[in-house]
Amino acid sequence: MTHAPKKLLNDTRNVVTEMLDGLALANDGLVERIAGKDILIRTDLPDSKVTLLIGGGSGHEPLFHGFVGYNLGDAAACGQVFAAPSPDIIFDAAMAAHRGKGVLFLYGNYAGDNMNFDIAAELLAEEGIDVRTVRVNDDVAAAPPERADDRRGIAGDIYAIKVAGGAAATCQTLDEVERIARKAVGNLRSMGVAVAAGSIPETGKLTFELADDEIEVGMGAHGEAGIAKQKLVSADEVVDQLMDRILTDMPLGKGDEIAILINNLGATTMMEMLIVNRRVRQILEGQGVKVYRSDVGTYLTVQEMAGLSITVMKLDDELKQYLDMPARSVGFSNM
Amino acid sequence: MQELTPPQVTDMLRAVAQAVIDKTDVLTDADLATGDGDHGIGMRRGCEAALDALGPDLSIEDAFKKTGMAIMSKTGGAAGAVFGTFFRGGAGVFADSGSLNAGKFRDFLAQSCAAVSKRGGVEEGAKTMVDAVMPAFRAAAKETGDDLREVFAAAEQGALDGVEASKAMIATTGKARSLGERSIGHPDPGAISVSIILGAMKSYVSGL
Repeated sequence: MTHAPKKLLNDTRNVVTEMLDGLALANDGLVERIAGKDILIRTDLPDSKVTLLIGGGSGHEPLFHGFVGYNLGDAAACGQVFAAPSPDIIFDAAMAAHRGKGVLFLYGNYAGDNMNFDIAAELLAEEGIDVRTVRVNDDVAAAPPERADDRRGIAGDIYAIKVAGGAAATCQTLDEVERIARKAVGNLRSMGVAVAAGSIPETGKLTFELADDEIEVGMGAHGEAGIAKQKLVSADEVVDQLMDRILTDMPLGKGDEIAILINNLGATTMMEMLIVNRRVRQILEGQGVKVYRSDVGTYLTVQEMAGLSITVMKLDDELKQYLDMPARSVGFSNM
Repeated sequence: MQELTPPQVTDMLRAVAQAVIDKTDVLTDADLATGDGDHGIGMRRGCEAALDALGPDLSIEDAFKKTGMAIMSKTGGAAGAVFGTFFRGGAGVFADSGSLNAGKFRDFLAQSCAAVSKRGGVEEGAKTMVDAVMPAFRAAAKETGDDLREVFAAAEQGALDGVEASKAMIATTGKARSLGERSIGHPDPGAISVSIILGAMKSYVSGL
């Protein structure tokens, strides 16, 4: 790797602020950036509601800040590329979005995010604001089931935000919103595969190395190592590997209903995504599992990383209700 | 050299911040080996903010606190939380202190180590900056004399030993965790930052 990958950028130190300005504008007035801060917030927040605060490192667009909107996140605290937001950003975002009924922090389970959100929660507690925390830990490749608390949050974030956003819009108490968000997270399982690495704009360096004929199964959302590097094989074989791991972790059978989300990590073609989707459905049909809803698209990227992840959420009537609610944001809309 | 005045402490912390900024590329490369490669630019952002925050007429306590808050606010990520805590965690030992002496610095390291370990929820052996901070603290504690040069030198050597020892460790936390045994052979980038920080303190005092 001798040169920085080609990207259309200005001063690379300003990528986050320039991106947030552009993202706010893409919401057509429904979301604004708090001046001078790396925070996006809805402009149409009701006077009284439970607040859903989401956030994490930037560079994964549209996650997280692209999911601020109607019946989704109320505000997002944005870090630098692949780095958790600092406690003061989180604190300021929570204070700005708080509408008297407490704040649910919903974010991916990473050491940096956990520490910074925890510090912010301590500061908010001193202000008398009730804060609860739900960490998304859907990546089955990151740790075995008995250490599920060590699992990273990947594209399961999207369904978690969708469900929690619906709950935060309609439930009267923080307790209830927390309970529903926790249920959603408990029912989420994901796993990804990387075909090529992405790079951090400011360093211009790829976050990991993969040979031309190699893929990494179970790759994390920042280039963290997966389960194994292996030779490139067919789409169906890769899907079989991912689904085997997911379904071993959360066995599904006749009568189970699920939502599936196939997420593009950045540079994979829609053609590949749909080929993968077809195989996922073949496997699920073979097991008698009913797919209630499917989403195929680009939700959590790792810059120009090529690859994808598969997310499964096991549903019940309550989760379906929140998944079905209308929603509007740059990252995700429901009609 | 037995004590530093408040303006000297501010100068020393500015030298620390500059030393980290100067090593951005070293930290980036170290982090690319085990993590995602943002440690260098994150520490640079935090240390640039620290330079801005370290104005004139600061008490010793405030100089450490402002450095910690700048790093916590601007570095972001796990590094911001733990390195911010490193500078802030022990700042209280300097409350109402007109000077920084060897005893106070040892107390500072003791409290900062405890605060960092608690915030990160990790002990030694997990291949983190704690693996440099703790041996630095122990080495400084053993150096019971009053000469600041010797205490800082001992602390730096402890940190460097920690960097070396971290190479053999398997990461059990942070983004490097999933590498498992593949993390062996690479030093922890956070540990390297600790050695740079303490090394810059030693250099500053040696230059007086």
